[in-house]
Amino acid sequence: MTTTGPARTTGAVAPVVAPMLELRGVRAAYDSIDVLHGIDLVVPAGQVIALLGPNGAGKTTTLKVASGLHPAAAGDVFIAGRRVNGARADELACRGLCLVPEGRGVFPNLTVRENLWVMTYAGRSRSEIEEAAYARFPVLAERRHQHAGTLSGGEQQMLAMARGLATDPALLILDELSMGLAPLVVEQLYGLVADVAAEGVSILVVEQFARVVLGVASRAAVMVAGHIVHEGLPAEIEATLSESYLGAGETEH
Amino acid sequence: METFLVYTFIGLTTAAIYAVIASGLVLTYTTTGVFNFAHGAIGMLAAFAYWQMHEAWHWPTLVAVLVDLLVLGPLLGLFLERVIMRGLGGTSEATKLVVSISLLVAMIGLANVLWNPDVGRTVYPFFNGRKIRLGPTALSYHQLITIIVAILVALGLRLLLTRSRLGVTMRAVVDDPALTQLNGAHPTRVAQFSWAIGCSLAALGGVLVVSSTVLNASGLALLIVNAYAAAIFGRLRSLPLTFVGAIILGLADGYLRGYLPQNDYLTALPLAAPAILLFIVLLAMPNRRLRTHVRTREYFPAPTVRGAVLFCIVVLLGGLMMATTMSTIDLPTYSQLFAIGIIALSLVPLVGFAGQISLCQLSFAGIGAVCMAHVGINGNPLGFVVAILVCGVVGALVALPALRLQGIYLALATAAFAVFLDQWVFHLPDFDVGPIHLGSTTVVPHIMHFSTFSLGSVNVSTVKLFGYNVITPTAQMVLATVLFVICFAIVCFIRRSRFGRRLLAMRDSEAACATFGLDLLGTRLSVFAMSAAMAGLGGALYGTQLTAVTPDRFNFVAGLPIFMMVVVGGAGFASAGLFAGVSLNALLPFMTTVFNSFGKYQLILTGGVGIGLGREPSGAAPQIATGFIALREDLPVIVSMLCLMVVTWAGRLINLYPNWPMLIALFVIFVGAVAIASRRRLVARGIARAAVTGAAAADVEEVPLEWVGVTVPWTPELLAKTEQVLGLGSVTYEAVGAATIRRGGAS
Ligand SMILES: Nc1ncnc2c1ncn2[C@@H]1O[C@H](COP(=O)(O)OP(=O)(O)O)[C@@H](O)[C@H]1O
Ligand SMILES: [Mg+2]
Repeated sequence: MTTTGPARTTGAVAPVVAPMLELRGVRAAYDSIDVLHGIDLVVPAGQVIALLGPNGAGKTTTLKVASGLHPAAAGDVFIAGRRVNGARADELACRGLCLVPEGRGVFPNLTVRENLWVMTYAGRSRSEIEEAAYARFPVLAERRHQHAGTLSGGEQQMLAMARGLATDPALLILDELSMGLAPLVVEQLYGLVADVAAEGVSILVVEQFARVVLGVASRAAVMVAGHIVHEGLPAEIEATLSESYLGAGETEH
Repeated sequence: METFLVYTFIGLTTAAIYAVIASGLVLTYTTTGVFNFAHGAIGMLAAFAYWQMHEAWHWPTLVAVLVDLLVLGPLLGLFLERVIMRGLGGTSEATKLVVSISLLVAMIGLANVLWNPDVGRTVYPFFNGRKIRLGPTALSYHQLITIIVAILVALGLRLLLTRSRLGVTMRAVVDDPALTQLNGAHPTRVAQFSWAIGCSLAALGGVLVVSSTVLNASGLALLIVNAYAAAIFGRLRSLPLTFVGAIILGLADGYLRGYLPQNDYLTALPLAAPAILLFIVLLAMPNRRLRTHVRTREYFPAPTVRGAVLFCIVVLLGGLMMATTMSTIDLPTYSQLFAIGIIALSLVPLVGFAGQISLCQLSFAGIGAVCMAHVGINGNPLGFVVAILVCGVVGALVALPALRLQGIYLALATAAFAVFLDQWVFHLPDFDVGPIHLGSTTVVPHIMHFSTFSLGSVNVSTVKLFGYNVITPTAQMVLATVLFVICFAIVCFIRRSRFGRRLLAMRDSEAACATFGLDLLGTRLSVFAMSAAMAGLGGALYGTQLTAVTPDRFNFVAGLPIFMMVVVGGAGFASAGLFAGVSLNALLPFMTTVFNSFGKYQLILTGGVGIGLGREPSGAAPQIATGFIALREDLPVIVSMLCLMVVTWAGRLINLYPNWPMLIALFVIFVGAVAIASRRRLVARGIARAAVTGAAAADVEEVPLEWVGVTVPWTPELLAKTEQVLGLGSVTYEAVGAATIRRGGAS
């Protein structure tokens, strides 16, 4: 599914010809421990890119750097052609970048409605946000007064996505959407991702194993130990996947 | 019935004030993670400001109140957030605590400078004298307003937190700060807002409470501490439970005042009641989970034997110099530095090694002084022994219920114990346990006669050791120095012993310790008992120096600077004990004799030093130490320095010159020695560098291994040396080939 729609005009993000997100030679460290050793990654406008890799490879760290939560030790981050090194996460969020973090990206002690209200910093009113979210996920409307912590895992992911999408972001970043969810729910969620992609949103999806992501991506990259080791079309990546994970050539299965 | 109603109203009014203050505290704690000990002090400042505006400048009540609430409170809040609290992330609880305690101390100092404490001030209630009749009794307008305000605050906070975007975001921050930021909320904005509201609520509480108490800085700042019990009721999280807690506390306070029989034993009890309730509430907290690894920025290496011995020699020498050169008028003042130093030293194993917090060390010292007063009559040295034993037992008794507590809760529990002692127990007249008679038969025999400060002050006689009465100031100084050095050596020994390593392991991760079978309970109990015993010894010594002791020497507030200075000095280093003693009992009195008005600014300065700690969480001692590393390593220079110093001292002893030139000369010698040592070190390194092959070897010899990776980067030579020291044998690292990972295959 390669939706290469035209670049969209959203909020502060100008119409772009440049890639929506580009990392060039990004390095990052926690205290003195280097985690990323020069990451190059491009998310062209309107495309879905998958980033795969084993646990601890540095995928989440890459996303943290891209979204402004963690500083890059070296290298540059461009969003819609503009260099955004050093920008705060909330600034980027208000300008159309939406990251749904791994685990559940919801506030468990807030109700569904209040969870949506938190998203009003990007200049949308509460009712607009609520309407947009309920239109996309009607199940949330029924549960609007329930605490988010009491929702099922799939519903929590829906809420997290709904909240992000309600502001019409230009770039959506999803970290391990499938974590801890039943395969059926995962498929459902990826159906939604495909729908969103069809609307022209640029998407970066991160997964450990789920090959289902390769079905929606137009290109994919594999990351191991802080390096991008493969980059290519989903079909090519699928072939090299087991090799990348086990660090060996042919492995007996 | 009528009295009942009257005391109910009084109780509810108190409850309303506690509720207002506590809710502000809970708000800032939940949204920023900093428990603001100075919350009460903010209320205190607001109360003084209200007096200034309303009573001194005759501004209308409403204007004065509004300026307090809408200008002063929020401004103080923004100031705290901006200058002090930002940058405390990743520091230990002790550091956070010290910063906010320092703030408390500095604010009390500030109030005393701005408003002379010797002048009496009164603030009248709102609508003074107006009442509304309610059946058999009456409710004053002020009481009514207070209660209504509390209800409005409750409703207002509820609306804010559930209806407004900012309020919802504040709750979101509690759940997940990073995620809130990903949603576009400015994290600092949220923190600033909650500090502003929190401080505004503290100010409101201060304005409401001030007409019913005396306008006195430390009294007011601590009266408001009682409100903390209410906040703990809500586990520092739930606002409704906080209000329930406030009502319970307020009513208990009202009824105790109304119905408690009036005698010497019970009059002071209501003052201690909130502390007792606080202690009970803390004990009723649900079992916490064992702490796993905490990431902190603090790092405390063990002292080297050589460093410790050197330190002891220098301290002994310093003590002797002071003993022989100071006037008998100055000596008693300065010898206290070692008594306070011992009390401070007692915090090192507890706070620095074990990561526990105690705010009641000075109270243990008070118990020690009392033991000395009653047992050490006529200089009986048994007084020291009893002080040590009694304090050890009391310390263990306090620790036993408090063992489940950690961090801020442990700090509050020990603070509650300190307040309980200084508000009530230290003010009890003598009493007996038993005998109890039933009719003419004695059921329980006379067990013991208890006596604390006998309603005032008790005399402590100087101690007689081996028939020699330590009565002259000179002898006292020598005794104090020797006792301090012994305690210092004990603490250093503990740090290097098995027990010390166990404490450190516990500090780093209790959960990990529990998994490999370390007896957490026993370890914590023994470190508490040991440290209380040492504080008791310090207190006993302090008592003999003061000759007469009063309870206010040992009250809660007086103990705070000691705790602060130990943490500032670097709680993990035994030298922090000396740092605390010197800065509190030598530097401050010295400055006061030099600049007369300095005494006024003492508290502000002490507080300021503590506030500065946030920038250097490992404390000052390591920084001072790194400055002197060159000197410490350079034996020829040390020996020459000490010789020169002794010569200078000898010159003073034969009255060649007075004290001033000696001090200056000592200082010049010391600075010179440091300079020469660093120069020699540089030269030595230069030579080592020049010899190409020798370079690495010289460095390897020089660098203490525990600092590798912290002060110098890892090199292959250092790695080799580490392996050799740890007895690992040389490990050769090979690239892990593909063949080794094959499942089931031979590796
Ligand atoms: N907050 C942190 N502090 C220190 N190290 C971290 C932190 N977060 C992650 N790491 C380390 O960084 C590496 C990469 O982590 P991460 O980016 O979460 O990997 P992934 O998302 O691919 O599983 C891991 O080795 C992990 O231990
Ligand atoms: Mg991850």
